[in-house]
Amino acid sequence: MSIRHLTIAAIAGAIVSTTALVAPASAQTEEGIYVPLLTYRTGAFAGSGIPIADGMHDYLTMLNERDGGIGGVRIIVEECETGYDTKRGVECYESVRANDPVMVNPYSTGITLQLIPRAAVDKVPVLSMAYGLSASADGETFPWVFNPPVTYWDGASVFVKHIAEREGGFENLAGKTVGLLHLDAPYGREPIPVLEALAEEHGFELKLYPVAAQDMQNQGSVWLNIRRDRPDYIYLQGWGAMNPTAVREAIRTGFPIENMIGVWWAGGDEDARAGGADAAGYKALSFNGAGADFPVMQDIITHVHDKGLSQFPRERVGDMLYNRGIYNSMLIAEAIRTAQEITGKDVVTGEDVRRGLENLNVSEERLAEMGMTGFAAPLNVTCENHSGNHQVFVAEWDGEKWTVGQDWTEPMTDRVRPLILAAAQEYASANAGWPMRTETCDN
Amino acid sequence: MDLLSQIFVEPFALMVEMPDLLVQTLWEGFVSGVLYALIALGFVLIFKASGVFNFAQGIMVVFSALTLVGFYAMGVPAILALVLAIGVMFVLAWTVERVVLRPLVNQPDIILFMATFGLTYFLIGFGELVFGGEPKQMITDELFLPTGATEFDLGGGYVRIQHLDVAAAVIASIMIAVLGVFFSKTRIGRALRAVADSHKAALSVGISLNQIWVIVWFAAGVVALVTGIMWGARSDVSFALQIIALKALPVLILGGFTSIPGAIVGGLIIGLGEKIGEFYWGPVVGGGIETWFAYVIALIFLLFRPQGLFGEKIIERV
Repeated sequence: MSIRHLTIAAIAGAIVSTTALVAPASAQTEEGIYVPLLTYRTGAFAGSGIPIADGMHDYLTMLNERDGGIGGVRIIVEECETGYDTKRGVECYESVRANDPVMVNPYSTGITLQLIPRAAVDKVPVLSMAYGLSASADGETFPWVFNPPVTYWDGASVFVKHIAEREGGFENLAGKTVGLLHLDAPYGREPIPVLEALAEEHGFELKLYPVAAQDMQNQGSVWLNIRRDRPDYIYLQGWGAMNPTAVREAIRTGFPIENMIGVWWAGGDEDARAGGADAAGYKALSFNGAGADFPVMQDIITHVHDKGLSQFPRERVGDMLYNRGIYNSMLIAEAIRTAQEITGKDVVTGEDVRRGLENLNVSEERLAEMGMTGFAAPLNVTCENHSGNHQVFVAEWDGEKWTVGQDWTEPMTDRVRPLILAAAQEYASANAGWPMRTETCDN
Repeated sequence: MDLLSQIFVEPFALMVEMPDLLVQTLWEGFVSGVLYALIALGFVLIFKASGVFNFAQGIMVVFSALTLVGFYAMGVPAILALVLAIGVMFVLAWTVERVVLRPLVNQPDIILFMATFGLTYFLIGFGELVFGGEPKQMITDELFLPTGATEFDLGGGYVRIQHLDVAAAVIASIMIAVLGVFFSKTRIGRALRAVADSHKAALSVGISLNQIWVIVWFAAGVVALVTGIMWGARSDVSFALQIIALKALPVLILGGFTSIPGAIVGGLIIGLGEKIGEFYWGPVVGGGIETWFAYVIALIFLLFRPQGLFGEKIIERV
């Protein structure tokens, strides 16, 4: 065989092995509950996508290994690589739909927006955990879409509440300047309506700093604008490589890092670590705990890592985004468990799990049973409210790890909920023939 | 009236009112410009030698930087890791010549161009397979690159100069100068120019096309490595960096695909132009104009010089 043939064979081998990594595995035939995960371990957003994918995967694997699945039925987990690309995400959805998934986790606001109209038709509920379309929290308009525990709008309201507290009250926000540094994509633009409404109400000026995806690592101009406008606070709604770059640029340009607060997706360990010791004081919202000092984490180490079933480095177990993936899978598992209880069936369908999601009730007792006391706040979802507007906290980076900077905080539900209902109505009006809810309510 | 003021009055008033920000903007634009010039240089070298627009230049930036960081993570000392990374870029150049270019000799340029697409996606997949998809931190201190900043007062404000940016500008300038001299004053440089003019004529006087291709792809690989180090030190080494290579497109449109001075001047014009445009005129339309404003600058120049600033004017008689 010539060198050329050898080289071609090597390239072909590399392509085949790479493809095997990113393409979904073939449909499995064993009996179980099929849960596809649309993830991204490659591309520009892999830095954020990998820990979440591993967290989601490891929690479900732990349930299979420790408990034999949920209610005695194994969970069939299948990943499909989207690269955080909407078109590829929709292709992934098409490829997994044929296997009767009980729900879909798009892990991208762009993909979620594409799947929302499909959910009711295909009878596949969409779980967009704390991402996606904020308005989809209205269960009357979006009976097949769920975004617990909070929406982006709730998050933005907690940010405003946080800065008001630091300024000594909402009345002191008048005359302040607040910047929204955001990825110029549907995800990044989500909090704008609620921030605009709160700016008008409390008299602060809102400045927008969009960052195009191709400039995520080239933010020099944006930070010159920030320096010119001198905002008092920055709310960071970035993703992927944009977040660590923003933290570095804030430090480079001398912006007080303690006044930059990220949404929960801008609170990865690697995001903050990029700034080195100078990043101490950087803050991010969160609804899950950091660190491995929870019984559930020990179970994951025992049943998944010790058996060599995880791709995630053991020394990084407890990273904020890894834990976020675990939280996401906890919601998946609890929705399936609730569906089993409601229907009396072991092997549930997408329609059953939609009911399970709509009746989610994760109490303090249930959190304790799961080894998650202090890891998450109690949560419940209703037919009307598919998000629940739950509490979040402001985590603070101490230079090495995330710490809980303040107590759990309620979003400004009285402000956010009317905006969500109005936006849901607007969505339904803009999409001619949007179906009226016909699904029965169990609560 | 308000719009006219925002366009024609306020930006200039701001320049006078806050000279520190003007100097800071010019400095940031200069540093970006030098780095864009470096990326563009990688494209120009290969285009001059083979008439191919190397779409893989962006991923070469990522791949080379990941190789460097990867060797270091394996316990190799930083300087040795740098040498090994240069070695890997040579192996890559040799492989590309043997596997991609040589079999496609005498094929239309578009075939070669498409082959670089294939190379891009192969390197992405191969890189993710070997290094994983997570961003890596550049070994800035280990490579003795300076960190920290110097601040000086100006016009009631301050200008902050990052030492890393100074190093980036100096190293990129040296690199550009060395490559400029190498390709214009040496025997290999003259051979390169001969190959650029005509493959057949170059072959007829005994110039080895294959050797020249390996040399220019290796040079482009080294340029990619330097770019990856500099840009990686400013942010992280991630696959998102490859997109930054597309910043070289308006530079090439402006400077011409075959001109090294064009890449330098074009890089500086685009770097300075996009920063000034974004900073002073971006707010008129809500910001975020940097990406497309670079193309606007390039297209305006093209109206007056269709062949680019230093591009060769080609007259084809029919």
